[in-house]
Amino acid sequence: MSHAILLLPFAALLVINLLPRSARSSAWIVAAGVFAVQTAAAILQPFGVVDWSFLRSFEKAVGFTLHADNLAVLLLLTAGIAGLASLLVGSAGIVQPRARFAFANLVLIALIGINGISMVRDLFSLYVFIEVTSVAAIILVALRDGTAAFEGAWKYLLLSSVASVFMLASVALFLLTAGGVSFDEAAAALAAPTPETWIAAALFVCGLFVKSAMVPFHGWLADAYSESTPAVSVFLAGIVTKASGIFALMRLAPAVLTTAGPGRMILLVAGAATAVAGAFLSLTQTDIKRMLAWSSVSQMGYIVMALGGQPALALAAAAVHFFNHTVSKAQLFANAAAVEAQLGTRDMDKMGGIAARMPVTGGTSAVATLSIAGLPPLAGFWSKLLIVIALWTAGQVVFAVIAVLTSLVTLAYFLSLQRKVFFGTLLPEWAEVREAGPAYLVPALALAAITVAVGLGFPFLLPILLGGGA
Amino acid sequence: MIIITIVLVLMVLAALWASLTTLLLRATIALALTSAMLAVVMYSLGATIAAVMELSVCAGLISVVFVSVISLTQRKPFKDYVTRRMSRMRRFWALPLVLVAIGVVLSFVHAPVQIALPLPGGDGDVRTVLWNLRQLDLFGQILILLAGVFGVLVLFKKDGPDGD
Repeated sequence: MSHAILLLPFAALLVINLLPRSARSSAWIVAAGVFAVQTAAAILQPFGVVDWSFLRSFEKAVGFTLHADNLAVLLLLTAGIAGLASLLVGSAGIVQPRARFAFANLVLIALIGINGISMVRDLFSLYVFIEVTSVAAIILVALRDGTAAFEGAWKYLLLSSVASVFMLASVALFLLTAGGVSFDEAAAALAAPTPETWIAAALFVCGLFVKSAMVPFHGWLADAYSESTPAVSVFLAGIVTKASGIFALMRLAPAVLTTAGPGRMILLVAGAATAVAGAFLSLTQTDIKRMLAWSSVSQMGYIVMALGGQPALALAAAAVHFFNHTVSKAQLFANAAAVEAQLGTRDMDKMGGIAARMPVTGGTSAVATLSIAGLPPLAGFWSKLLIVIALWTAGQVVFAVIAVLTSLVTLAYFLSLQRKVFFGTLLPEWAEVREAGPAYLVPALALAAITVAVGLGFPFLLPILLGGGA
Repeated sequence: MIIITIVLVLMVLAALWASLTTLLLRATIALALTSAMLAVVMYSLGATIAAVMELSVCAGLISVVFVSVISLTQRKPFKDYVTRRMSRMRRFWALPLVLVAIGVVLSFVHAPVQIALPLPGGDGDVRTVLWNLRQLDLFGQILILLAGVFGVLVLFKKDGPDGD
């Protein structure tokens, strides 16, 4: 499966660029097909329904090895879902043919990067695929005209370059001190650490902190998320930042970087600081997309904090919150895109009561916000509960309390969003507003349904997650 | 060692020039000089192939690309240039001093880092490394180049209304 999943989007990329100019409008459909196939393959993978053995000779011929374990399949599934949502929103939001074509190409390139991140077992390859994802994402941010989007892309590029320098220096140090850059070799070097290997590990973690916008490297994210085209916001918030930063940390933290002692404390402190800072920054926003962007920062802090929890639960808690947050945040950005498309503004102070005119958008956004805030029985409740249990059972009571209190702040800013935007009295200027089209409603409904289904079915999913090592 | 130190100092100066100048063409020349100095350092340290790549690609090819793009732009009026230069000098006057200060401080620090340098993987032949050991990363490089092509198209080729 692994090679096919990496090379399918590449083949699609070649196909859409070989299409005659008149047929390039179908590039979007090809890209959506790739994301749909990936989603289906990831769902079917645990059941062993598809026999991939026919690819064995091809895998030997290409000469590189990839590993699609359960954690990788989780990222493949999440990327498939977020990409489909983004493409659907983009089908209505991006109308200019050249922009649509570039968008289809760039999401496919980013998807190859994300798929690579999920399946490589080597620090240098991990760095390369993080770069592939980041470069495509930076250009996606710049897809929208105007200085604000350009500024967002520029900030993303600058901080991303700093992260690249950190990671490349780390790879060089591992190569020199560990004799190689495979995860196993790095883990072996860190099992008997020297000052050089500590520096190498610290540099790589710093790079990943920048990519995942952890405090104090969080400055770029709000501009990149809020100023990009709505479809790009869905894709960035849904999967890109998580894959290139958080997922890489999830991959490395338990297996390669030590999570005992100082390593665990770094994850806990950075995660808690990010969760708290992101939540309070969300409270102060009036732009709906900026509020959602800072909320993403906060939730990514949760995931990193979870990695510092009790080892048996940490990865499962982080993985479940990773999935839940991707689904809900992609949906909230799709809701924000619908609101922006219908109202022509993102300023929440100018909105009010629009759930009366946009009931599906209002209703689905209520599901997502309550889930992220951690209210039962929605999906977010279970992942936050797992995070708190992982922290508590590891003896990190202070961080468990921080996680609970930050959830209250999350609830506060999301209730504020709901009150300002969707509920309350309908302002007269929005009396004629109509519900958004299917391009916005289909992903919103589908993602809200996933949130509810995972929430209700979680007691049945948990044994599989814990048994399968997430 | 003295030569390497001198070249390193020159490299930092060239990099500073590239960062501080307000003229794109001068920045390109400064960047090429920085790469050329780095190539000299690499050659002195025995990394011949890396030095050749740095010189031909970073100092040569990329400078040609930069110059050809700059030739497509229009020059701003001289007055604007002077204003921008003064503004930049006011903002960044401390940067060279900070760099010198850091250099002085570091020269007194004798870090106890002793790194053993085993040659990484294979026989060190760049062709073996590229084609036999790191095919996956080569694939990633191709993708970054492709993304770069779309970056140029997105940023420099506008012919219609807003992209969304």
